[in-house]
Amino acid sequence: MAEIVIKNLRKDFGSFTAVKSSSFRIEDGEFFMLLGPSGCGKTTTLRMIAGLELPTSGEIYIDGEEVGQKPASQRDIAFVFQMFALYPHMNVRKNISYPLVSQGMPRAQVREKVAEAARILGIENIIDRPVGGLSGGDRQRVALGRAIVRNPKCFLMDEPLGALDAEFREHMAEELRNLHDRMGATTVYVTHDQLEAMQMGDKIVVMNHGVIEQFGTPQDIYDKPASRFVAEFIGSPSMNFLKFHDSLEVGATSVTMHHETLHIPALREPFDGDMIYGVRPEHVRLSDASGYRGEVIATEYLGTTQIVTLKTHNGEVKARIGSEQPARVGESVGLDFNGQTVTLFDTQAGRAIRSDLNEGVLSHV
Amino acid sequence: MSDVLLENVTMRYGSTLAVDNLTMTVSDGAFVVLLGPTGAGKTTTLRLISGLEWPESGDIRIDGRSVVNETPAQRDVAMVFQQYSLYPHMTVRENLAFPLRSPILKTPEEEIERKIREVAEVLSIPHKLDNKATELSGGEMQRVSIGRALVRDPSIYLMDEPLSSLDAKLRADLRVELKRIQASLGATMLYVTHDQIEAMTMATHVGVLDEGKLVQFGSPREIYEDPVSLYVAGRLGLPRINALPAGIFGGAPAEAKTIGLRPEHIAHGEGKPSTVSRVERLGDQTRLHLQLDGHDIVTLTDPHTDLEAGDTVAIQPRNALYFDASGARIA
Repeated sequence: MAEIVIKNLRKDFGSFTAVKSSSFRIEDGEFFMLLGPSGCGKTTTLRMIAGLELPTSGEIYIDGEEVGQKPASQRDIAFVFQMFALYPHMNVRKNISYPLVSQGMPRAQVREKVAEAARILGIENIIDRPVGGLSGGDRQRVALGRAIVRNPKCFLMDEPLGALDAEFREHMAEELRNLHDRMGATTVYVTHDQLEAMQMGDKIVVMNHGVIEQFGTPQDIYDKPASRFVAEFIGSPSMNFLKFHDSLEVGATSVTMHHETLHIPALREPFDGDMIYGVRPEHVRLSDASGYRGEVIATEYLGTTQIVTLKTHNGEVKARIGSEQPARVGESVGLDFNGQTVTLFDTQAGRAIRSDLNEGVLSHV
Repeated sequence: MSDVLLENVTMRYGSTLAVDNLTMTVSDGAFVVLLGPTGAGKTTTLRLISGLEWPESGDIRIDGRSVVNETPAQRDVAMVFQQYSLYPHMTVRENLAFPLRSPILKTPEEEIERKIREVAEVLSIPHKLDNKATELSGGEMQRVSIGRALVRDPSIYLMDEPLSSLDAKLRADLRVELKRIQASLGATMLYVTHDQIEAMTMATHVGVLDEGKLVQFGSPREIYEDPVSLYVAGRLGLPRINALPAGIFGGAPAEAKTIGLRPEHIAHGEGKPSTVSRVERLGDQTRLHLQLDGHDIVTLTDPHTDLEAGDTVAIQPRNALYFDASGARIA
């Protein structure tokens, strides 16, 4: 069990800075996600927590102890890789017991620990099988078994489900989360899959170009994105971005776009210039009463809901609406946006403009 | 473009029945998606039509003409594979031109140039035309291999999970793009995937395969709303349909063994009390994992629900589907 605190962590590889001054705190027992596109620095951050890379500067505290410059072996963590590295010539039991045997633990105790890990993972029936013939899921379970058998302070996982197909990934994600709920061990998990992060994480750090863009609970990050990058990266389809130009005072509750008044949460700061009106697809309604028009250019059936893509004066808009509602390609329709959910972004800087909606959330960054 | 017809087609790999007495029509201009898990016979069906595999029995007709004795080239089909297979020593332009330079087609040079421009435009790769194929990202390579099929005017396009190696964003864009291209060309398309979103959003017709058999064929809406079996019901819909003992809520038809409840078809507030085991917040929706008499149930709720693990929620079915002991739909 452990609390992990990261302070001003930085990593340079030659002239390239992989991680720029990151700070965040992982509470004891949390399932914590490091999320971002490839090259954003998430894996480097994880490897620094593990001790596989040493930071250029900054500190890493595990349970209050500064471990930044200590080797991996002295940190009492367990690492699960994307490509489950099992010993191919050993059977399941030997693979799982290996870390204990190499620590010199007595045999009887090893047997007991391995049996417990196998029970937790539901792999007792394959314990004496060679790892060669196992399915992807079972191989991943064995890799997890090797990690949990040591009772480490925390688990570090680098895209452990990345190599699995979609259907199975969903299943394993659930299994991993259940395992975490039973064991309660602090887990730091790296992924580029936003759905996986939302689904499994208690907290998420969103990274881009070595910088933390936002840190918070999944719902806050979804509802109150701190930057255009986060808004676009989280959610599928991603948030709609309508470009416009206006001059707004503190307290403004609407903007003018193509001669129509659109509502926004009351602003907490003034802004004058190019902005983006960010609204999620499920907060767009088709409404004949609205003067803000769009032309339907595509519809995608998804069962109970459908995604309707529209062309407007300020850019393309996707709406998620009930599949029973008619929407025909080529038709012109009115659009109604749920103003209370809208985030405005500064086009130039990409940051969210402060409002009643996101006040309190942005100060975390 | 043409109708493609499969009649009682059977194909075995050794002792494994890969395609079992399959009869299906891909009408001119249709976008048919074959859906099923690994090993259901989807890819084999494509390979049979393209001529890469030969059926043990049955007939395959393209535009009324039986093609079972023709070579792949004679059948005039265009195939896109999951793994892009470009000529690495050629530029994007040369890769796209290659099928048109086939001695059978004798396409004039200005026609080739025009087609390449058009296809490159559609796939957003016009600025990459003079790059070597090996200098492209994975997404771009796959777009070029789709483009290589699109420059031709074959009787049918056969695509085998062409988007599965791409990242989520690009996949979503190309879904809309492919559908648009298919509709504007009036192309006939047979498309294999195990991604149900692709099936639902692009298809005019979905064919669901189970162990080599075609178990249902219809519009995405028919397959989703009116599945013939529990197996079909489980192929579309995320989270997956909940399958529970038929009597759990009472009021089930006599022969019913299983009640199928889609997550959105569970009403909250009245009915049987269940316990929340986990709340999964996905932003646009929140999934509730419930326990009812020892069964796991997944349902959807308001994104900003106050419910937490341990809370009690009363639930009852709405638009339930009932299945008999064999899994066949009875109500």
